[in-house]
Amino acid sequence: MTGLLPARVIGQPLERADGMAKVTGTATYAAEHPVPGLTHLHPVQATIARGRVSAVDTAQAEALDGVIAVLTPANAPRLASTEDPELAVLQSDEVAFRGQVIGAVVATTPEIARHAAGLVQVSYVEQPHDVALRPDRADLYAPDKVNPAFPTDTEQGDVPSALADAAVRLDQTYTTAWYHNNPMEPHATIASWDGGDLTLHDSTQGVTAVRDTVAPVLGVAPERVRVICPHVGGGFGSKGQPHVHLVLAALAAKAVGRPVRLVVTRQQMFALVGYRTPTIQRIRMGADRTGRLTAISVDVVEQTSRIKEFAEQTAVPARMMYAAPHRRTTHRLAALDVPVPSWMRAPGECPGMFGLETAVDEMAAACGLDPIEFRVRNEPERDPETGRPFSSRNLVACLREGARRFGWAHRDPTPRARREAGWLVGTGVAASTYPAGRIAGSSVTIRFGPDRRYQVETAAADLGTGTWTALRQIAADALGVDYAEVDLRIGDTALPPASVAGGSTGIASWGSAVLDAAEAFRDKFGANPSEGDEASGGMPDNPHTERYAMHAFGAQFAEVRVREDTGEIRVSRLLGVFAAGRIVNPRTARSQFIGGMTMGLSMALHEQSVLDQRFGHIVNHDLAEYHIAANADVAELEAHWIDEHDPYVNPLGTKGIGEIGIVGTAAAISNAAHHATGVRVRDLPITLDKFLS
Amino acid sequence: MDADITLTVDGQVRQVRVDTRTTLLDALRDRMGVTAPKKGCDHGQCGSCTVLLNGRRATTCLALAVAHDGAEITTAEGLADGDGAPHPVQRAFLDHDAFQCGYCTPGQICSAVGMLDEARAGHPSAVTTDLVGPVELTDAEIRERMSGNLCRCGAYVNIVAAIQEAAR
Repeated sequence: MTGLLPARVIGQPLERADGMAKVTGTATYAAEHPVPGLTHLHPVQATIARGRVSAVDTAQAEALDGVIAVLTPANAPRLASTEDPELAVLQSDEVAFRGQVIGAVVATTPEIARHAAGLVQVSYVEQPHDVALRPDRADLYAPDKVNPAFPTDTEQGDVPSALADAAVRLDQTYTTAWYHNNPMEPHATIASWDGGDLTLHDSTQGVTAVRDTVAPVLGVAPERVRVICPHVGGGFGSKGQPHVHLVLAALAAKAVGRPVRLVVTRQQMFALVGYRTPTIQRIRMGADRTGRLTAISVDVVEQTSRIKEFAEQTAVPARMMYAAPHRRTTHRLAALDVPVPSWMRAPGECPGMFGLETAVDEMAAACGLDPIEFRVRNEPERDPETGRPFSSRNLVACLREGARRFGWAHRDPTPRARREAGWLVGTGVAASTYPAGRIAGSSVTIRFGPDRRYQVETAAADLGTGTWTALRQIAADALGVDYAEVDLRIGDTALPPASVAGGSTGIASWGSAVLDAAEAFRDKFGANPSEGDEASGGMPDNPHTERYAMHAFGAQFAEVRVREDTGEIRVSRLLGVFAAGRIVNPRTARSQFIGGMTMGLSMALHEQSVLDQRFGHIVNHDLAEYHIAANADVAELEAHWIDEHDPYVNPLGTKGIGEIGIVGTAAAISNAAHHATGVRVRDLPITLDKFLS
Repeated sequence: MDADITLTVDGQVRQVRVDTRTTLLDALRDRMGVTAPKKGCDHGQCGSCTVLLNGRRATTCLALAVAHDGAEITTAEGLADGDGAPHPVQRAFLDHDAFQCGYCTPGQICSAVGMLDEARAGHPSAVTTDLVGPVELTDAEIRERMSGNLCRCGAYVNIVAAIQEAAR
């Protein structure tokens, strides 16, 4: 482990530091902070998909005992900035999507606020809306970049000629559904003003980002805004940036002069807090007779909202997964009268690797090759598009180790060849990948406390990821002390700033800053500090970033059973092997991997937000009808990893593990379903009807 | 309309005034500051609000507080003993890392405690084949009986392992 921080506490499977608080229910989430004089807000949402509010009759609502204020575009305080249309709440009478916030009731109790919101009478001037995503739309456009800053299109060589000359060709379209993040804790904000100072208890993946985004919208200096969030009940990207409820709570608290709590309902979450766009992926591939890819082409069509652009980077993984001299990727968007899409666990990689890895399975079969051998044969020596070497790339090792653990060697590749008591049984494999990145902007302060313990402070977040434990382990090793000698404080803008917990960058970013601060502390105070000694550090630049392509890899194996007479599909086994650099805490890391894989299973079989095009809203907007995997949907599921030493990604050697678990799972399941039935399902979710037609 | 009711929550007898529309969950969380039961959906679809209501697991978001005057409620907080030692199910959840974000966890744990009692009492589930003999708590039985408690972090396999350990 040369060049990396020596691991002593790192690598230990320690119990979660916040574990007792969570199993006893005493960990405090955003809506639960006791705030004196609290009032309650219930939003009023648009019931048309496009047009404008022509009149609002608030008389009945205002007449209700306990109603403090009814806010509308006509009387709401003005925001300092309306640059971000998603956040510019109650600033105009325009309606851009069904479910948009067009009013709000503040009352003394949540029951009264909700009742009164239902009494607000809204009249509209309706315009025809357009919510239909189709690949043949005439108005598809190329965004300037795709999330977060990738080129929209790439092209190398001569794809049309290579495809024309290929011995084996594929030209298929794969689609993924509209998905909602649906963390178990609904988004919630408590906003309290004290003169010009604003305190926000918010459920967020990044308190610093919330402060820095919201302050200019409200016209307040960032240092006068404090955001507090010690525990997050899941986010999966939907709490990565502020959504409208946060601004609305702050605005309403200003208007009524009292603290306001806004807890978004589960139904409202389907319109207000982001989602993953549906994707349409046309994939073309060409290969020679030996099964070597000569051309890879991925053309993606997806949606954004008319008021704000979000371009999911769906074709990006196709840029680095496999070698081929001729290659291209494109992204085209339809701007529709729909809610604003945003981040959802592994944006880009998650939907993109469904298409790519299903296509690879089809190509392997067309070439008469085992899907693992096909992937091995098309391993690139360097990042195909940039020509950079990989800092480490252990996809093949993951495939081999997974094959050994899963029992792949005995597999009969013939589809529809295995029947067990009325079930068709099949197995499938898919690759997984996620970039190993870092986000700048984190600072860490280390102080030697009165109790001779080290206080480590940064505004990082733990959304179930294990930050409370893992960052403390890193601090212990960075300082060369025991885990028990370290206290950690996170989740508060009163602490030094930290980057958002997104893009699987948390531990790499904050951990690098912890290491830097620990080095500064030891340089200044040596091994025997005095009470009150304090040093700070940040995330140093990494000179290797420009020289190497940095990605984590994995291999996912699935066994599925499809009922021959009904088409019912069950996933009886899932096994993942990952190469994601050094693992800080094996116990919490395993939970991250299995959690991602479980969400991938859910995506493969269950999840789909169903749009009613006539009205522009999601019909199945609750947890009974938007089905996320329940306990009985998950049978055998295991995650493993290989030891991987990567001296280039960062001084900790970690690659980030929050997202890779969901990448490739759905393809492994769809490939297994094809092996079981001979039916190739290219459109998620894989539902029973698709095996019966 | 308001009503005064009495609830015994985690061993403490407490009076509380509620709107007759107030759910038991909102009475606990908003009126009494008891926040171990969580609100995930408010529709009885996710199980986060599960407590032991007069000894049996129940989703408190589907119960009106005024209809439960005099009820005895145990939350996940009340399952731990007074000295802070966790209940065996809580201990098993910690040992198996049967949670991540922790938001569904108090409901999962109350549900598991109630479910183990139901199984011991011989209640069958949809996957029970022998309706006469004692319930054998296979993994499939636990999965079925715990499917009213959603976990978006995807800790199900660890939850099943934790409950198996606690059931021993």
